[in-house]
Amino acid sequence: MDFFTLIQVLDATVRLAIPLLLACLAGLFSERAGIFDIGLEGKMLAAAFFSAAIASMTGSVWIGLLAGIGASLFLSGIHGLASITFRGNQLISGVAINFLAAGMTVLIAQSWFSQGGRTPSLTGAARFNPINFPGALTTTNEVKAASPLMQVYSELLSGHSLLVYVALLLVPLSWWALYRTRFGLRLRAVGENPAAVDTAGVSVVGLRYAAVAICGILCGIAGAYLSTALQAGFVKDMSAGRGFIALAALIFAKWRPWHALYATFLFGLFQALELRPDVIESVIGIKIQSQFLGALPYIMTVVILAGFVGKAIPPRAGGEPYVKER
Amino acid sequence: MSTAEPAIELKGISKAFGPVQANKDISIRVMPGTIHGIIGENGAGKSTLMSILYGFYKADKGEIFISGKKTEIPDSQAAISAGIGMVFQHFKLVENFTVLENIILGAEDGWLLKPSLAKARKSLIDLAAEYELNVDPDALIEEIGVGMQQRVEILKALYRQADILILDEPTGVLTPSEADQLFRILGRLREEGKTIILITHKLREIMETTDTVSVMRRGEMTATVKTADTSPEELAELMVGRKVLLRVDKKPPQVGEVVLNVENLRVVDEQGVERLKSISLNVRAGEILGIAGVAGNGQSELLEVLGGYADGTGTVTLNGETIDLTGKHSDGKSRRARGIAHVPEDRQREGLIMDYTAWENTAFGYHHDPAYQSGILINNAAIRKDTEEKMERFDVRPPNPRLTAKNFSGGNQQKIVLAREIERNPDLLLIGQPTRGVDIGAIEFIHKQIVALRDQGKAILLVSVELEEILSLADRVAVMFDGNIMGERAVGDTDEKELGLLMAGVET
Repeated sequence: MDFFTLIQVLDATVRLAIPLLLACLAGLFSERAGIFDIGLEGKMLAAAFFSAAIASMTGSVWIGLLAGIGASLFLSGIHGLASITFRGNQLISGVAINFLAAGMTVLIAQSWFSQGGRTPSLTGAARFNPINFPGALTTTNEVKAASPLMQVYSELLSGHSLLVYVALLLVPLSWWALYRTRFGLRLRAVGENPAAVDTAGVSVVGLRYAAVAICGILCGIAGAYLSTALQAGFVKDMSAGRGFIALAALIFAKWRPWHALYATFLFGLFQALELRPDVIESVIGIKIQSQFLGALPYIMTVVILAGFVGKAIPPRAGGEPYVKER
Repeated sequence: MSTAEPAIELKGISKAFGPVQANKDISIRVMPGTIHGIIGENGAGKSTLMSILYGFYKADKGEIFISGKKTEIPDSQAAISAGIGMVFQHFKLVENFTVLENIILGAEDGWLLKPSLAKARKSLIDLAAEYELNVDPDALIEEIGVGMQQRVEILKALYRQADILILDEPTGVLTPSEADQLFRILGRLREEGKTIILITHKLREIMETTDTVSVMRRGEMTATVKTADTSPEELAELMVGRKVLLRVDKKPPQVGEVVLNVENLRVVDEQGVERLKSISLNVRAGEILGIAGVAGNGQSELLEVLGGYADGTGTVTLNGETIDLTGKHSDGKSRRARGIAHVPEDRQREGLIMDYTAWENTAFGYHHDPAYQSGILINNAAIRKDTEEKMERFDVRPPNPRLTAKNFSGGNQQKIVLAREIERNPDLLLIGQPTRGVDIGAIEFIHKQIVALRDQGKAILLVSVELEEILSLADRVAVMFDGNIMGERAVGDTDEKELGLLMAGVET
């Protein structure tokens, strides 16, 4: 394997890790506040569809993004209503959201566009297009011939869509918000011991809704990224289990923002390698089934959960509706 | 001081939960700079009243005056701004936060944490100096003891400038020395002019620390008296509504043969920590051996091994025959078959299944009893009938076998367990914390049952962290400290002071 191939694989890692990262951070805010959310997948899917559909209708990817976030927020609202206000089972609510999104997106897509559950292909301003850094080379042949440093600059750092850079900025921002602000302190507290927050005179319900809303916004961006940046349009089930891999990454990261970055990039690398079986074969000399790579994030999560690599302790009040008691 | 406005005045507070009237027309005046005790049995409405004062519940009727000013307290935020701080029985702390983070939570100065933390750190140093409340601000809550955690709760209230401090059953989780420390701190707070409301069901604490005391019974305030003008006996009578024997009446023991003999018993837990080092003791027929000690010094492990649900090494004999301490003949079932009954320390986790009915709980462990069978099926009707009779004999209220365990009060839950174990006519009864969380009326009954069993010539091993209980029930007392028996005394030859020293690990 030459250096350029490595750079290409890493470049694909970045592109594939970004939706995982956004969904993982979404789950992080929600679960840190004590609301388990297995509906990340469904929210991403709904956002992917609505952002592509609205972008295709209006021709503006920004309006599409807003529509995607709106759709995801709507589903978050349902989850919040079920699990915070009505104190229902958070897992069941999440499963319901996943099914709802899987079915509704295809149904609405067929009814609006009659293209077999797809949206029309997006072009021009209806997509998030790559941003090329100044001086970066753009064609593959030029990059291949350039110096290693230039290859890193042009292929790996430059040429991603705006959402990639936004997602990466969200990592330090999330860390800062969680650990350096009043909101973060309260958010973490409400996931650990809501009674402590309640007796301190702060609204548990308000904090949890805020967390669920942030989760909705981030899932919305993740979904929009899938259909308007990574791909050019919506196809059926395009989230392809990313919401679940993000949850696995969240456990792997032990609910910490920087570790979420590392975990999702590791899982992104597996996905990138899944697409390039030739690369693995040339490095380790044996052929590995791509399905194995696809399963690797889950296997690693089971290993983590079994406690082989330190202990992954979820927020203590996670999954429990808060009922006031003396 | 007598001319000052009361710090808190409640007028005609009533609160109902459905058909249950938790508080009935309660009026109370608490003067500033005093410690005011509120005493009553479990379920008398003490906690409800304080929850109203802290904005957890809204009273159906009545008014609250703080320093003479009528105040509405719709939520905890309002209570905090009215200068009320509350230390709950179960602490409201975030376990994996530092002390400092817990203190500022909800009382931050701005949306950035740094200035708030710095300010709290400084004010913590001042508070520590003023009230002798030392804590390490950077320690994690889960790494400090319960006594320290309680200090954090008090500091939380003081940091929010509370002038009125409510403590709900504050000594339930504390060791005797930690409790003494707490009362010193409360005395100090009183000197500084703070008003303290102490809710408890322990008469001794009321007598030792309070200036005035109010008694609650079944949702009503039955009396408010100066502590100096009353006696424990009078308070107990006011609480229960009838005369109560605080001391157990018992005849001298008729001691027989050795029933339980333990030699060099050693227990190592899963983490490899030696919980019991080398315990030797014996219990004879017709006597009660009390095991005293601060919680966590090996008493629980002793009960677990003897009860058959932990492994140990050493020699244990019952009526001269060896008992297996490991392997398949070391479990609750084989212990029961040998004539050992066990009333575990934590009745809600080990003694009962809280979501099951009283009759189901009565059958547990004894469900193979032929009287409970009908062919290959269990004869539910027979169990229910048996349970009903047991409930009657043990005065369980309400005597309804179909009620789930969690719907009984602590005392009645204990009676259900006691009835199940005692009525099997065991040779040896292991009993842990028989009256923890049990109200005074039921304590009296439970103590009488234990003494009655002794008088029938049974051997009883009693573990309790309440020294008073050991002294009034046991014939001999062994003190445990750090997995060892520090000493053994006949109850008549010792006193609280000597036992207290042994409990602290000091040879006497």
